[in-house]
Amino acid sequence: MRAQFVLSEIGVGLRRNLTMTFAVIVSVALSLGLFGASLLMSDQVDTMKGYWYDKVNVSIFFCNKNDDSGGNCAKGAATAQQKAEIKADLNRLPLVESVQYESSDQAYKHYKQQFGDTPVAGLVTPDQLPESFRVKLKDPTKFAVIKSAFSERPGVQEVQDQRGTVEPLFNLLDGMRIAALCVMGLMLVVALLLIVNTVRVSAFSRRRETGIMRLVGASSFYIQMPFIMEAAIAGLIGAVFACVLIVGGKYALINNWLAQKIKVVDFIGWDSVASVLPLVLLIGLVMPAIAAFFALRKYLKV
Amino acid sequence: MVADCAAVGGSRRVTHTDGSRNPATRVPIQVDRGASVIRFDNVSKTYPKQNRPALRDVSLEIERGEFVFLVGSSGSGKSTFLRLLLREERASHGAVHVLGKDLAKLSNWKVPQMRRQVGTVFQDFRLLPNKTVGQNVAFALEVIGKPRGQIRKTVPEVLELVGLGGKEDRMPGELSGGEQQRVAIARAFVNRPMLLIADEPTGNLDPQTSVGIMKLLDRINRTGTTVVMATHDQQIVDQMRKRVMELEKGRLVRDQSRGVYGYQH
Repeated sequence: MRAQFVLSEIGVGLRRNLTMTFAVIVSVALSLGLFGASLLMSDQVDTMKGYWYDKVNVSIFFCNKNDDSGGNCAKGAATAQQKAEIKADLNRLPLVESVQYESSDQAYKHYKQQFGDTPVAGLVTPDQLPESFRVKLKDPTKFAVIKSAFSERPGVQEVQDQRGTVEPLFNLLDGMRIAALCVMGLMLVVALLLIVNTVRVSAFSRRRETGIMRLVGASSFYIQMPFIMEAAIAGLIGAVFACVLIVGGKYALINNWLAQKIKVVDFIGWDSVASVLPLVLLIGLVMPAIAAFFALRKYLKV
Repeated sequence: MVADCAAVGGSRRVTHTDGSRNPATRVPIQVDRGASVIRFDNVSKTYPKQNRPALRDVSLEIERGEFVFLVGSSGSGKSTFLRLLLREERASHGAVHVLGKDLAKLSNWKVPQMRRQVGTVFQDFRLLPNKTVGQNVAFALEVIGKPRGQIRKTVPEVLELVGLGGKEDRMPGELSGGEQQRVAIARAFVNRPMLLIADEPTGNLDPQTSVGIMKLLDRINRTGTTVVMATHDQQIVDQMRKRVMELEKGRLVRDQSRGVYGYQH
C-alpha cells in the first residue's frame, strides 16, 4: 500500500466535498457531544445516588417538646423509654441494617452544614429540630414496612423516607439524560445519512478514477480505502469538536456555575470526563467508517 | 452461407461453430486446454428483467498469442462478451474460463488479481484528465501497489514502446486522439498482461490514425499477448486478416481463422 498515494487521494476527496464534509463534522460533533453529555449525566446521577443513598435512609422523627402537631405527639416530647422500645424493635427487624441516633444538636449541625450562612439558617434553633433515628435498611425500597410498623407508635412524629426527597431530582436528571439520548439518536441518524450521501457524491465524482482502478485490478480494499478514510477523518474531526464541547461544557456549566451555587451535591470530576472522551473519539472514528463502508457497497461497484 | 464461411475460414486447427443455429450439431471442442487463454462452454447471459438473452449458448476457444476480431452489429452481444471476460458480469449458464480460471468459481476478492493479467482499452480512452501521461500510466501500477522504483523504470519504457517517448509530462488534453489511445494502450500493457481486450479502440479515430493503433496492437500481439478486439471498422478487419468471430443476436454465427468483416457475397 502506498501511503502517500492514498493520503493525497483522501485530501483531494475532502476538499472536493468541502460543504458536505463540513456538514458531517458538525453533525458528528453535535451528536457525539450529546452522547458524551448523556454519559456524564448518568455518571452524575450515579455519583449523587451513591452519595445520597448512603446517607439518606429512613428517618424516624420523634416528637419534641415544642411540637403541637397533635396525633402521636399530643402527649408532648417522646420519652426515653419510648425511644428505647422503638430502637429495640428496630434492631429486632431483619430488614434493618443499622440504627443511628441523631440528637437535636446533631440535626442542627447538619442543617447548618447544608444551608451554611444563608438567612434561613438563622431562623432555626436546635430545639426546633426533632431528634431522630436514622435507620439504614438492607433494601432501601422496603420503606413501607418501617412506615406501617412505627408511624403510629407513641412519641413518633413522622416516619420519613428521605429517598423520596431526592428521587424527583434523580428523575429529572434521568429524564434529561433520556432526552439528550433521544436528540443524540436523531443527530446520529442525520450524521449517518450525511455520511452516506457524502460518500455517494464522492464516489460519483471519482467514478472515472475508480473505474480505471477496477480495470487495472486494484483490490476493492485499495479502491474503497480513500472513501472510508475520508469519512473516518471527517468523523474524527467532529469527535474532536465534540470533546471540546464536553470539556468546555463541564468547565462552564459545572465548575463555574453549578458547583458554586449548589454545595451539597457532589459533582462529577475530570476523571469521569476523561473516561468519556476516548469513547467519543473512538465512535467518531469508527462509526463514519462503517457507514461509509456500507454506503460504498451500494454506490461503488467493485 | 455456411459453405462461404468455411471457405474463407480456411484450415484452422481450432474448431469453430459450424454456423448452424442448432447447438446440437456443434462439433465438440477438443484442443489443448493448457494453451487456451479464453474458453466459453455453452455460455448464455440473460440480464435481470430481460427476456431475450444477450448471449445465447456461445462456445469458443481462443489460444495464447491469437489476435481475434469480435464483430457484430450493436446489441449483438459484443459488450456482454467482453464484460464476461472481465467478470464484470457472470454467465447465467455455461462456463467462462479466462487464463485457465473458471470465472464462476473465482471468488470476488480474487477478481482484481485476475484483472491484473488482462489489459483493457476502450473507445473513449478513459484517461485521467488531471494527470500527466506518465502519471496516467503510473496510476495503473500505483493502485496495485507496485514499488516506486519499478514504476519509475517501467513507465518510460512502455511509453517508448507505444511511440510516446518523451511525452511523459504532457497532459492528455494536449494530445491527439491517437496519442491518447496510445497512452491507454501503454497503461493496459504496462503490466505485460497475457490478454489485451480492446473495445472499439479505433472507434473515435480517423482511418489513418486507426492504422497506427492497429500496428501497435499487432506489435503487442507479436510479443505473445493475446488480443481480443471488438470493432465496427470493416477496413481494419479486412486488412488485418486475423481470426474473426461474429455475434448476431447473442449467438456466435461465424468464426473464421483469417476472416473479413462481413459476408462476401
